Amino acid sequence: MAANRRPWGQFLRAVPWLVPAAILIFGVVLFPAGYLLYNSTRNIGLSGLDVGPAGISNYKALLARPELPSVLLNTFIWVAGVVIVQLLISLWLAQLLNNQFPGRRWVRIAVLIPWAASVVMTTMVFVYGLDPYYGIMNRFLVDVHILSASVGFTQQPVPAFITAIAIGIFISVPFTTYVLLAGLAGVPPEVLEAATVDGAGRARTYFSVIMPCLRGAIVLSTLINVINTFNNLPVLKLITGSLPGYPDDTTTTLMFKILQGEHSIGVASALAAVNFIIVLVVVAIYLVAAKPMRAVES
Amino acid sequence: MVAGFIVAVVFVLPYLIMLLTSLKGRYDTLAVPPTYLPKAWYPQNYITMWTATQTPLLDNMIATLVISVGATMLMFVVCIPAAYYTARFRFPGRGVFMFLVIVTQMLQPTLLATGLFQQFRLLGLNDTWLAMILINAAFNLTFAIWIMHAFFASVPKEVNEAAELDGAGKWGILWWVNLRLVWPGIVTALIYTFVASANEFSASLVILTSATKQPLSVALSAFIGQYDTAWQYLFGVSIVAIVPSVILFVLIEKHLVGGLTAGSIK
Repeated sequence: MAANRRPWGQFLRAVPWLVPAAILIFGVVLFPAGYLLYNSTRNIGLSGLDVGPAGISNYKALLARPELPSVLLNTFIWVAGVVIVQLLISLWLAQLLNNQFPGRRWVRIAVLIPWAASVVMTTMVFVYGLDPYYGIMNRFLVDVHILSASVGFTQQPVPAFITAIAIGIFISVPFTTYVLLAGLAGVPPEVLEAATVDGAGRARTYFSVIMPCLRGAIVLSTLINVINTFNNLPVLKLITGSLPGYPDDTTTTLMFKILQGEHSIGVASALAAVNFIIVLVVVAIYLVAAKPMRAVES
Repeated sequence: MVAGFIVAVVFVLPYLIMLLTSLKGRYDTLAVPPTYLPKAWYPQNYITMWTATQTPLLDNMIATLVISVGATMLMFVVCIPAAYYTARFRFPGRGVFMFLVIVTQMLQPTLLATGLFQQFRLLGLNDTWLAMILINAAFNLTFAIWIMHAFFASVPKEVNEAAELDGAGKWGILWWVNLRLVWPGIVTALIYTFVASANEFSASLVILTSATKQPLSVALSAFIGQYDTAWQYLFGVSIVAIVPSVILFVLIEKHLVGGLTAGSIK
């Protein structure tokens, strides 16, 4: 084939087609990532002006913050809590929506709404609805006797954090459910029939036949959800942002508090660099476990 | 079926509360105890909200539209040639390029906010819509390239070869032959980028500082926790933003997963 004879010419011919996308990736994704790492070693003034090298003093200032251990713990609880619970709900929901029933189309559309809607707007309804005085969700919970009186869900650190996790679950279930539905569509019907013929019960069929087919969908949606939940700012900011101190902060919300509240861009960059490394580890797992490059080679 | 109905109710209910509150009067929204339905219906909220003094909602809506339309157009111009070429041709560097695209999927504006803020400060682009157009186009590139790549790859080789024999150039083949066959993929990418750009929050929060330049996502969040929140207007404008987004997402429902999962579910 001519393909291998003139690799240089082939590369040059590809350039005009790829350069615009490459510029955008380098200029707006990779450069800021590198710049952020560089900034974490610089002494940066309140206005953002680079005053000189800082060595590792930004990292020292970050490590010296007394709230850091609890923030790291919060981050873990937040990501693990949201991702695990939403996966369990989505596994159930995808199974439900994979079966034919009258009105299924409408239920699938209903599940799509939180995915299309802005996270800020969705969270706002919960802030309003859960208000202890004029909140309609609070009143509903009292009317159906789940609560004996209205509760200030967002006024104490622990209930506020649990509320935020519940909202995080609500907004991530749609994406996961749709990925799992795509996975379920790939389960060969003849394998399911064979399992029935062999006398496997429903539970047995699910765990030995369906689950292995869903493995790819579960790995992939989980990794994307870990990244999304880790980076989720609006839910925690709106639900827990007005609490004094840092009782419910994750590394992401703390980074924005340092950046916007204290204007310590150097320290915020150091924390961002730590977050960046956490995400890189997840990306590495993604590349090994989900093997997205297979699709390129095919 | 009963379970399906309950699921639908759970997912619709928050947005129903949004709709009902947007039709309540000012004092009604803050009534203690609250009522499920408005005591008096105020459909005129949907007119008065655009000129309400508490919030520059019209400016915020314009900002959201300018940023989202700009980012979608930029994405379109940048992604079509890249997706087409990587799907049709093998060349050295193709693997590296696609690898970069995949890595971009895992990085988000939230994570890079401090870097973006500092970079656009240097460029003098902080507090401009252009900065947010660039950011939204760049971070939605992955989804767009992947979904279009898959559609371009599904166009039979023979179709392209026939066009080549007829003497069409590469750009001509892309324009006259392929775009007509892959439009569902393109529409999916356009809608996804538009909705994702409209919903972007973190980067807009640090880049756009003037109240009148901020998109709805940032502007609305600023009213939470204030004593004098005009809930009926905040929810009115939310409904105006969410309804078209949901309709657009329903149109591309079938393809939504494809671009995000990059072909690794088979």
